[in-house]
Amino acid sequence: MNFFEVFGLERKLGVDAAALQRRFYELSRQSHPDFHQAAPAEEQARVLEASARLNAAYRALRDPIVRVEYLIRLEEGRDDAVKPKAPPELLAEMFEIQEALQEARSGGLDDGARATLTAQRERLVARREAEEARVTGELSAAWDGASAADRPNVLAAMKEALATRAYLRTVVDDLADALGEAGTAGHTREGHVAHHRD
Amino acid sequence: MSRIIGIDLGTTNSLVAYVDEKTGLPRVIPDEDGRVLLPSIVSFTPDGVLVGEAARRQLVRRAATTVYSVKRFMGRGYEDVKDELKFFPYTVVPSESVVSIRVGDRTVTPPEVSAVVLKALKERAERHFGEAIEKAVVTVPAYFDDSQRQATRDAGRIGGLDVVRIVNEPTAASLAYGLDRLKEGVVAVYDLGGGTFDISILRVKDGIFEVLATNGNTHLGGDDFDRVITLWLLEDIQSRHCADLERDGVDLARDHEAMQELRLAAEAAKIRLSSAERTTLALPLASFTYHREITRAELEGLIDPLVGKTLGPVRMALADAGLRASQVDEVVLVGGSTRVPLVRRRVQELFGKTPHSQLNPDEVVALGAAVQAHILAGGITSMLLLDVTPLSLGIETLGGVVSVLIARNTTVPTSAREMFTTSVDGQTVVDMHVLQGERELAKDCRSLARFELRGIDPMPAGMPKIEVTFLIDANGILQVQAKELRTGKAASIEVKPTYGLSEADVERMVEDSFTYAEADVETRMLIETRNEADTVITHVERALRQGAHLMGPEERGSIETALATLKSVRDSQDRDAIREATTAMNHVTEPLAERMMDAALKGALGSRRAAEIMGDEDAPVGTPE
Repeated sequence: MNFFEVFGLERKLGVDAAALQRRFYELSRQSHPDFHQAAPAEEQARVLEASARLNAAYRALRDPIVRVEYLIRLEEGRDDAVKPKAPPELLAEMFEIQEALQEARSGGLDDGARATLTAQRERLVARREAEEARVTGELSAAWDGASAADRPNVLAAMKEALATRAYLRTVVDDLADALGEAGTAGHTREGHVAHHRD
Repeated sequence: MSRIIGIDLGTTNSLVAYVDEKTGLPRVIPDEDGRVLLPSIVSFTPDGVLVGEAARRQLVRRAATTVYSVKRFMGRGYEDVKDELKFFPYTVVPSESVVSIRVGDRTVTPPEVSAVVLKALKERAERHFGEAIEKAVVTVPAYFDDSQRQATRDAGRIGGLDVVRIVNEPTAASLAYGLDRLKEGVVAVYDLGGGTFDISILRVKDGIFEVLATNGNTHLGGDDFDRVITLWLLEDIQSRHCADLERDGVDLARDHEAMQELRLAAEAAKIRLSSAERTTLALPLASFTYHREITRAELEGLIDPLVGKTLGPVRMALADAGLRASQVDEVVLVGGSTRVPLVRRRVQELFGKTPHSQLNPDEVVALGAAVQAHILAGGITSMLLLDVTPLSLGIETLGGVVSVLIARNTTVPTSAREMFTTSVDGQTVVDMHVLQGERELAKDCRSLARFELRGIDPMPAGMPKIEVTFLIDANGILQVQAKELRTGKAASIEVKPTYGLSEADVERMVEDSFTYAEADVETRMLIETRNEADTVITHVERALRQGAHLMGPEERGSIETALATLKSVRDSQDRDAIREATTAMNHVTEPLAERMMDAALKGALGSRRAAEIMGDEDAPVGTPE
């Protein structure tokens, strides 16, 4: 049973968040171990597994980006379908940034360099957010409307957008580190991968 | 289903509660004297073990074998805690794994100490119901890791309780506030106790209490407030009474009894400053009495950095929940330390709204534990708690990097699967190192355990396919199972907990626990009476030194005679004789005590503050009660 099936949903990306939450609460009432304490051991084991699956499914589907990541895993049948990749048109700029980062690590930043890096970081954050909006907006809608024949193309486009996003996240985190700001790595919910392969 | 009680096993105090079938409301169970809080203190005396209030009275007298705040050491290793040991008068002996405390000629582990507290609460409940109690829900700080949770469950077993559920303290508190006191919406529970801090962000809707994120610090609480006050006072005494200390030949910082008295005085002053703007502290030392006025502003200056340390975790939890502070609908305060006005102010500033504190912050967690117990027993079906795991769980991979399998703030129960194989031909054993924490490198995370997968059929490298399932159950405790996929047979796993007790350890402690049984009533009273006698002896000896100029030779003679009598009966088994001698001693020193009190009031302080001092429980001495 995949995570869409856990909720009785089709394999589509347009999910009504409020309805999903309601369904999650209903299903939790059915399968949470708290309500089956007096059950025989095998029943308890079954409930525990169902509850763990439900929680993983909710985690994978509630966030639009994580939902796309899960869909890609499901379609490709593997975990590492998306690898961080620099977008070709930004390669030159990335090269500059890496050099500036190197300098920052070895000697610290003067005000000019700091201002440049801050501006670059803001541009990259905007670019990352644009990729996210594209994935959860037009590409998700395209997936839901695509014919079986078109789906591989949409999937490929989503993978590419997520690969760019993953790359940008790393660079933005490095920039935040170099600028002496608290990194955001791992602190955002969407950064986590649901690791349940059913 | 048999009755399940709810227990709050606190750093400072512990409580037991149940849900009243008739009213459906949770209630705390008092002891025979009507006290609800059981101090989480265990004193190991040659005559037996004391717990609670009786143990608290041994804190100064038997500083070295009276164990308090042991929750700070639950599920920890010697290396983790060695830096703070200097603040404790009891001795933690260096050990490879679990913290081990020396009490006289034996050593005990934190779960064994907590077991004594749990057992006392179990017996309290048994007296209340007139029936045997075997099951309990026990609360832990939300930010407790797997080892700390395991240690708590082990404590239950050693104390004769089946811990059917470990519940997080802030979420328990939200259950106690329940559906009638909380609006539907987002709730933040700020829980600052004696030794731990938690923040949990929940969504309450349709009877579901869904934790969105939790964060905290398992080594931050009222104890730390007491510590900074104590150190500040110590410095003040050392500078103001330098000559006195030198004359007495006392190194205050190394005098466990004096430091314990100083800590207790600091704690009492802190508590008074929650309602008063200023308070006076009087601490009798060897040849002089230390007087000092403390204002609330001074206290706040001392503890502000510590209160500030709670705000980072609050922001992290909000970020993980994807919320801003302004999106929180309700704020609930839990834990005795939230009585401190500065704490309330900081919380209010952060969230921009007045926090809830209708329920007694000392009792609310136990009440919530009782509600959860009632849910498990099938008594409530309208409410359901969906909690999360506070820390990311991962395994060590090549280069010491942690690969995260279950992210923090994932709703539990939850599971993750990972494939393992062999790296050399014919390999039959595979090691796994499981960790918890948010850092990238294994060395910066908390080691939970090493697992050995054994009995793998010898095959070429990379051929075996072992599927390992990591499951975090509703207690937040990890279970690991492994299966060889080719054969479909379960692989055997040997667990080596890094900071935990092995199954064999726990078994042995369950047996040993009978030897740690609480002293019987007779013995307890004898110990108490001796304790009182000891207190009087100390006070009188001090009075003889400090008040030498206030008495004539005849009075001194009769005091010394009474003192000799008391000392001679102190070690006997005759409780009445000890009590009589103590009373006689009190009687004969009364006039001296009064003269000393007068002198103290006239001398050390202006008469303006006399009334204040008289009303102060730490009043100048020479006055054995």
